[in-house]
Amino acid sequence: MATTFLLNGTNTTLDADPNMPLLWAIREVARLHGTKFGCGMAMCGACTVHVDGQAIRSCVMPLSSVANRQVTTIEGLKSKQAKAVQAAWIDLQVPQCGYCQSGQIMSATALLEKNAAPSDADIDGAMSGNICRCATYPRIRAAIHAAATAAKA
Amino acid sequence: MSNSNALPSRPARREFLKGAGAAVTALTIGFEWAGSTRRAVALAGAASTAAPFAPNAFVRIGADNSITIISKHIEMGQGSYTGLATVLAEELDADWAQVRVESAPADATRYANLAFGKIQGTGGSSAIANSWPQLRDAGAKARAMLLSAASSEWHVPAAELTVEKSVIYHAPSKRQASFGSLVKKAAALPVPDTVQLKDPKDFKLIGHQAARVDVAAKCDGSALFTIDVEMPGMLVALLKRAPLFGATVKSFDGAAAAKVAGVVKVVQVPNGVAVIAKSFWAAKLGRDALTVEWDDSKAEKRSSAAMMDEYRRLADQPALPARKQGDAKKAIGEAARKISASFEFPYLAHAPMEPLDAVVKLDAKSCEIWAGDQFQTIDQMNAAQTAGLTPAQVSIHTLYAGGSFGRRANTVSDYIVEAVSIAKAYGADGTPIKLQWTREDDIRGGLYRPMYFHKFEAGLNAQNELTGWHHVIVGQSIMAGTIFAAGMKDGIDPTSVEGAANIAYGIPNIAVDLSTTKAGVPVLWWRVVGSSHTTFAVEAFIDEVAHAAGADPFAFRRKLLEHEPRMKAVLELAAEKAGWNAGPLPKGKGRGIAVCEAFKSLVAQVAEVSVDDGGRIKVDRVVCAVDCGTAVNPDIIKSQMEGGIGFGLGAALYGAVTLKDGRIEQGNFNDYRVLRMNEAPKVEVYIVPSTENPTGVGEPGVAPIGPAVANAVFAATGKRVYVFPFSKSDVRS
Repeated sequence: MATTFLLNGTNTTLDADPNMPLLWAIREVARLHGTKFGCGMAMCGACTVHVDGQAIRSCVMPLSSVANRQVTTIEGLKSKQAKAVQAAWIDLQVPQCGYCQSGQIMSATALLEKNAAPSDADIDGAMSGNICRCATYPRIRAAIHAAATAAKA
Repeated sequence: MSNSNALPSRPARREFLKGAGAAVTALTIGFEWAGSTRRAVALAGAASTAAPFAPNAFVRIGADNSITIISKHIEMGQGSYTGLATVLAEELDADWAQVRVESAPADATRYANLAFGKIQGTGGSSAIANSWPQLRDAGAKARAMLLSAASSEWHVPAAELTVEKSVIYHAPSKRQASFGSLVKKAAALPVPDTVQLKDPKDFKLIGHQAARVDVAAKCDGSALFTIDVEMPGMLVALLKRAPLFGATVKSFDGAAAAKVAGVVKVVQVPNGVAVIAKSFWAAKLGRDALTVEWDDSKAEKRSSAAMMDEYRRLADQPALPARKQGDAKKAIGEAARKISASFEFPYLAHAPMEPLDAVVKLDAKSCEIWAGDQFQTIDQMNAAQTAGLTPAQVSIHTLYAGGSFGRRANTVSDYIVEAVSIAKAYGADGTPIKLQWTREDDIRGGLYRPMYFHKFEAGLNAQNELTGWHHVIVGQSIMAGTIFAAGMKDGIDPTSVEGAANIAYGIPNIAVDLSTTKAGVPVLWWRVVGSSHTTFAVEAFIDEVAHAAGADPFAFRRKLLEHEPRMKAVLELAAEKAGWNAGPLPKGKGRGIAVCEAFKSLVAQVAEVSVDDGGRIKVDRVVCAVDCGTAVNPDIIKSQMEGGIGFGLGAALYGAVTLKDGRIEQGNFNDYRVLRMNEAPKVEVYIVPSTENPTGVGEPGVAPIGPAVANAVFAATGKRVYVFPFSKSDVRS
């Protein structure tokens, strides 16, 4: 069965089990590999993508539920806030193993797109669903603040 | 298989993936880094236009001035690619902008970890330490040969030449030449036997270089991990493993699994029953539909609580001496005051973000593996044995690993062997098969940091001086029964007692004993290995002793480290930066300190915590001082300390794998909790300036955080914690 949606700005039809989690449809059918599998139960955030601008965990969202909606993955980030986040991530040398960082960047971007100047508490609220086993948290926090400043400029 | 060709082109990632399936015999995977982008590329074996200058196994210089540095160590987050390249590029006087890093093939003759002997692999925080002389020598010799080439080209003495950023200059004649223009001539010259290394004061990259070679690709989703490997015709396998360690398949019914759309085959392998499918999701649904009957007759069926009861009893039984200095029993017997305590530490899973995975392409004559491989030589041997091939027929492409923390460095090569056994059961017809673990597979899959019980007795004399120290450690051995068993001496596994037997405090009478237990639960090193529990116990107990002596915990340690200047210096630095003597914190808050030596590096940490009325612990700030010899890359050292603190703190607060009648009670991040953003403290890191040889940084930062927090919790609440993680103890004041 086919599901049609907007993937990174392109009208896309994926022929796959409608119950397949969006994560696997993105990775194995659309073949975009930046979105990662970490837990399969929305506990770690490695699979975070944007659906209609909201950060969601694609590992528990069935493909059918994104029909006619807008899905953005790490490969499709374009907003000013997203670019500021990615630049700050590089500038502050955030990643270690890097595996969770697509999800971290997606969550951070969604935060900044809604909140131009997040407080530490806002960051805790938006980012605590994204696990980093390398514990790059202090740098993620600093990079979000830096990106907020840069995106406002 | 050789990587000794210049890159013919820079194919995009998709082309690599296609090429990987097409021309495997002529293909190795490498990594290319240029400027701010870095991509996985195929290094096809096609003839290149100009032969590069490859004076040794670690560097190739192309006619196009490209400098490819070959890393014998995996990049799993610890920064090894950047650090290793920095060391070689420094002695070469390379232009860092031209440097790219490529993963070495599995070949212990060229790429052994010199800290391990003849085995290629990464572990023990040894990547920079073991490579330091080797890569400095490699870089300096390549530089000397390029200088010789310029010297003979220009008929001037080499001593008159200078090098800066891959360009050789002859000032008197105002001539210059790029490395690339000299590669043909240099390649014809003999490699010098000896070469002068730089004076550290002349270092331009070491101690300064900040930007990691892998970061850009890790910020746009393009970094290639094993889970991302895709090849034409590739299948995905999930393996149903026994719920109890030691159980085996009695029988299975794969009919329902085989009916799932996309499932190709269901096969039995030594570790369970595998469902092989066209996609992960099909394999997952197929595995869910499997029915397996297990033979539990030889399985471990105990509960971890019952095992800890046994450990507690064993701590009072005779044990093997790991250190004996003076007469601890007598000193404690004659002491004016005795202090005793015991500590319990659980099994821990590594839980790297990327669940274990490997791609295997097996046929009658070869086995090709793509993985975040940490123990290449051992994995080659185990894969060969499983496949019925020779190790030389097994090739390994080491990819980025999404974390490991020790998990991928295991002597049984569990996930590699599983993947090979599945490919073999499938028919060994050259079909690439990716074995993918799920998070539940990972948490329940064994190879845990062992569970331990620690028991202490100490004696203070009338002057409140620590005169006797008796420490008993009870737990499983990581090394026994593995190919590392040769590293055991007189029955003592050094990884069970490191951080305890080598306690640095100046105590006249010390006894450290080890009681090694046996259990059916497979165990493994976990980031910082023995010190993950020994430093925890030692540093929590010494704090209690200091308190009993009426002394300040920092001053008490400092006095016991008079003869250990480097350790004393990190302790003092951490205390000073933390404002240890700046006066007490408000009610409900406390400061704690801990120090350790691990993998020859010295780390001290001061934690500041808040404990609320409900006993909830929040670590507000951690100050860390580290002496790791020469700081090759200060920013990576800082990041490893930050990361080590977060990793160790998560485990100290929440980490526990427990067994109930042999079954693992946890399965995912909901019940195997790890540190999250809202729990992450502010971290400050200070590096002690040093010109000593560099030592490890990947692991040592993990060790002191647990006891620093425990000691801070005591300062805040007056309560000592003896059973870990903290979430199992009540710290309400």
